[in-house]
Amino acid sequence: MSTETPEAAGASAVPIIEISNLNKWFGAFHVLRDINLSVAAQERVVICGPSGSGKSTLIRCINRLEDHQEGLIVVDGIPLTRNIKNIDQVRREIGMVFQQFNLFPHLTILENCTLGPVWVRKMPRQAAEEIAMKFLERVQILDQSAKYPGQLSGGQQQRAAIARALCMEPRVMLFDEPTSALDPEMIKEVLDVMTGLAESGMTMIIVSHEMGFASQVADRMIFMDDGQIVEVNTPQAFFNNPQSDRTKLFLSQILRH
Amino acid sequence: MFFRDQSEMLPARAAPITEVGIVGWLRINLFSSYPNSALTLVSLTLLLLVVPPFIDWVLIKAQFSGDTGEACSGIGACWAWVDQRLGQFFYGFYPAEAHWRVNVTAVLLVPAILYVLVDNLPGAKFGRWFSYVYPLLAAYLLVGGFGLEVISSDKFGGFMLNMIVGLTGIVLSLPIGVLLALGRQSRLPVIRLFSIAFIEAVRGVPLITLLFVAIVLLQLFLPPEVSLDQLLRVIIMVTLFASAYMAEVVRGGLQAIPKGQIEGAQAVGLGYWQTMRLIVLPQALRISIPGIVNTFIGLFKDTTLVIIIGLFDLLGHARLLQTNPDWIGDVDHEAYLFSAAVFFLVCFLMSRYSVSLEKQLSKDRH
Repeated sequence: MSTETPEAAGASAVPIIEISNLNKWFGAFHVLRDINLSVAAQERVVICGPSGSGKSTLIRCINRLEDHQEGLIVVDGIPLTRNIKNIDQVRREIGMVFQQFNLFPHLTILENCTLGPVWVRKMPRQAAEEIAMKFLERVQILDQSAKYPGQLSGGQQQRAAIARALCMEPRVMLFDEPTSALDPEMIKEVLDVMTGLAESGMTMIIVSHEMGFASQVADRMIFMDDGQIVEVNTPQAFFNNPQSDRTKLFLSQILRH
Repeated sequence: MFFRDQSEMLPARAAPITEVGIVGWLRINLFSSYPNSALTLVSLTLLLLVVPPFIDWVLIKAQFSGDTGEACSGIGACWAWVDQRLGQFFYGFYPAEAHWRVNVTAVLLVPAILYVLVDNLPGAKFGRWFSYVYPLLAAYLLVGGFGLEVISSDKFGGFMLNMIVGLTGIVLSLPIGVLLALGRQSRLPVIRLFSIAFIEAVRGVPLITLLFVAIVLLQLFLPPEVSLDQLLRVIIMVTLFASAYMAEVVRGGLQAIPKGQIEGAQAVGLGYWQTMRLIVLPQALRISIPGIVNTFIGLFKDTTLVIIIGLFDLLGHARLLQTNPDWIGDVDHEAYLFSAAVFFLVCFLMSRYSVSLEKQLSKDRH
């Protein structure tokens, strides 16, 4: 077993995210242990693992929704420190999609999408709306743009959340179990949008248990357990010939049904 | 086997009389069950016992003219004092030749409030601006200076005093309360501790005590050359008192906002103040509307406590009337009833606005 990062086939070698010797504690609990990970521009990485393994915490560290105690995270050349300016800069580079969508219920879908461009990028409202329309069309809910989030189905809300993140024109997109809160018939519409995004060359780090989707889209699979990276592999090798026993056990449990 | 031919299809019939119209309404709302019917009958009886005699006393048998309590019959209410005293009830001892200044201030208050409370009024842009300038304009009109005769604040009184203290308190306590509520949740210990200390200290003391502090004690701590106007001190204390309550009401709203909202805002790149202003507060304040208006109403009624420190508000003038030799013993009920009615009207309006605002907001979003 090794935590060395094998170079992903086909992706460019320029790393956009570099995580080295990352350690994080929640109080006394050692939640992330010696994480080393480098993600290349345009690479798609899928992280899976049992609940409580630290996979969500790891990606939440990348845009500083969680702080860390040891180690270094560098996003597009900007080190994540306590420096609020760096944090703001990094967050502009990164879009995030949450399990619970986290759309703003008091704003329309269009307003949800223009909020970042207008207030963070200081874009004129009209330009922001044009961008928002573009991305809402891309996730196929342009016709819902005047509605409030509460009026949309779960799948539509999650697609709106993806559009909202894209409106900031990020270089990296983080997905934290984007389909876990969805009814089964809505999962596909969200995965289709994500597949389209992957094909367009977006750098993506995805925490997900959708293994069919992962095998299609991922350049690299990462398996985490107990706050550490247990296995890094190509999707083919990961699903057909996993190296670690822990991975084998996990896959046998989730692929059984 | 059953079969119904197209020509035999049943037409819709009118609903039975027990379901629609007046009978339907009565049955559904007043006589839906035995206990409900019993309550309806008891309520009707009580209303019949109370309302007609009350109207009889207040209006029908009432006395409307006369110069002293001698004129009062004793059978019905005596409103003879209104002619002489209504001015004092509303203006206090504000000079009669300057009453127009209070009137103008009161009339201008209507658009100033409406442009804040109601969306989509014509000329909203100018109106909003007017609302912001109004407090300065009102202060200028009421106090004077710059060409207007200066009228010292100890002449202020009557309902005008309640309105000045109440409205200033309402307008200032909300933003201060919001800041205190945010401060109480701050990650910076200094700000958090200050907010908690302020809220607990002010909330833990009766308003009357604070008013005494404002009048008697404050001067001990201030340098002798600084002399704060008495009315200003009262306004400051009432505002601080209401702010502490407001902070706790708003904190309740803040705590109801899921953490994911803040994370969503952070992920989009918004800073702390942007997140609060654009995402958290609009939702938190909406939830808090009933509590906020409740605090406003409480504050407004608390303005009557200024009587303790020798200021005569509406209630104060009601008591003055009762102790006046011309009227003593004759108009006790009437004076209180009148004051109560005026306060009720204002508080009821606030309450109705709060209800309509809640309805409108819930309609907008769903």
